[in-house]
Amino acid sequence: MAKVTLSDWKEQIRTPEIECMSRDEMTALQSERLVKQVKNVYENVEFYRKKMDDLGILPEDIKSIEDIGKLPFTTKEDLRDNYPFGLLAVPQSKIARVQGTSGTTGKLTLASYTQKDVDVWGECVARGLTMAGLSAADRIHVCYGYGLFTGGMGLDLGAQALGAMAIPMSSGNTKRQLMCMEDFGATAFACTPSYALYLAEAAAEAGIVDRLQIRASINGAEPWTEEMRKKIESILNINSFDIYGLCEITGPGVAMDCIHHKGLHVYEDYFYPEILNPADQSACADGETGELVFTTLAKEGMPLIRYRTKDLTSIEHGTCQCGRTLPRIQKFTGRTDDMKVIRGVNVFPTQVETALLSMGGGVAPHYMMIVDRENNLDVLTVMVEVDEKYFSDEIRKLDQLKAKVGAVLKQALGVSARVKLVEPKTIQRSEGKAKRVIDNREL
Amino acid sequence: MSVSNTIQQLSVFLENREGRLDEVLKVLSAAEVNIVALSLADTSDYGMLRMIVSDPQKGRSALKEAGITAMLTDVVALRVPHATGSLCKAMHQIVEGEVNVEYMYAFANGSDAAAVLKSDDPARVIDILKGSGFDVYSADEAYRANQ
Repeated sequence: MAKVTLSDWKEQIRTPEIECMSRDEMTALQSERLVKQVKNVYENVEFYRKKMDDLGILPEDIKSIEDIGKLPFTTKEDLRDNYPFGLLAVPQSKIARVQGTSGTTGKLTLASYTQKDVDVWGECVARGLTMAGLSAADRIHVCYGYGLFTGGMGLDLGAQALGAMAIPMSSGNTKRQLMCMEDFGATAFACTPSYALYLAEAAAEAGIVDRLQIRASINGAEPWTEEMRKKIESILNINSFDIYGLCEITGPGVAMDCIHHKGLHVYEDYFYPEILNPADQSACADGETGELVFTTLAKEGMPLIRYRTKDLTSIEHGTCQCGRTLPRIQKFTGRTDDMKVIRGVNVFPTQVETALLSMGGGVAPHYMMIVDRENNLDVLTVMVEVDEKYFSDEIRKLDQLKAKVGAVLKQALGVSARVKLVEPKTIQRSEGKAKRVIDNREL
Repeated sequence: MSVSNTIQQLSVFLENREGRLDEVLKVLSAAEVNIVALSLADTSDYGMLRMIVSDPQKGRSALKEAGITAMLTDVVALRVPHATGSLCKAMHQIVEGEVNVEYMYAFANGSDAAAVLKSDDPARVIDILKGSGFDVYSADEAYRANQ
């Protein structure tokens, strides 16, 4: 299908009364919601009551969104400490759904949603789909994974809210994906950008691009470049859009970019973004890079106050050429920690270490992670030192060890890794901050 | 029968990187350890260097000092006369004895050849071979082969 050029693009806005709201009106709406939310968490979440008491802050001290800096932060560790249901602001009977991502210690990061939270999530994704030029008449092929991961469900809910047709493919089996895409006449598809490029190239190779009715793709859950977007767009002759989200906040649909690709519009009526200086957590001005922090202004199930994403970006509040006043966050420039996103899965080096230690011998807990991109797919290689005691002159035994390490890593990380056995004591030892990850992807 | 007729093989794990084999050989040369026979197996990730040397203990210490992983493995060096079918006959005896051979390599030793055998039960391999009229090299003979 033909890619629409900027001059021919007709911008559609699902909720102009929100998405094009004046700054004053938005501030008033956010202030009203924040005051209510702070009162809610103080009364219903012991964790926040205690944190606020420790800081000597009462709900009455929060009078508007400008007071947000007085509130305590929430970190991923807090979520882990209160796993699975310690941060609920409603009785568990009100929870309609849970979603999660793999965590640093093998435990998940779990998010709980009331039915209203699920509806808001779908609504936000629907706003994004509209931003991509889609409507109720479209057929949306979702090849994000379905399950605890928010990708599949998020896009599905968005398609539902839009009134479009959802095609719940889930991930994998490229041949079948392409067959269904063609047979069902999908007009849009959603998956990670690396998989989108892989699919695009597979479609080109199979010579079926002209038979597809795809006109847009919605891609996120991992970092990608402008070049990658242009490549996907040119192979399939479509328009591609970047979607952002994290399960702690809601999942995909926290922010999305419009046809102008000048940053991702944040749905700040629900998810209030702050950009903070990593050194002292003071507020950054527009254009300055800092850590992205979110407050869920209307979430019922598991509201989070000032949740630190550890993603580094900057924000612009100026009105976009598309007409939206929603602020735009830029593509992430890095992380404040060493998390890597590999094939859409969050991987922390410490997970590798924990997994190696859990084997109880065979390999030393010294490792090096190398992330590459081959044929547009992320490939993780983990170099592991063979324990001298387990060293064998038989290749069969070393191969068994290698397979065992591979299985343990796959289990712990949720993503498969190539294992490379190396000699004992050849990987750099921790001297303060050891480099444990080499990322060769050019993002 | 004691296992005194097993010999020690020096086994070295070699990462697939440039110059690694060269490093190992240099260390052995500097320690004046002579290599009598060697076999190098390769996989996509690493290599396994197996050697019969003049002084396995000394070779291992020298490598260890140089930060190279090496180990000593008990193997059997079978004397194979240069006559068609002699290796076949010897191997047949081992198969009959239900001993598993992990790997094998051979080198010429004077008028005969030596087949180095790694099995899960070297003592039994020696018993079987000697019981069926074959000879195995002693450590002293093997380490000084061809000299």
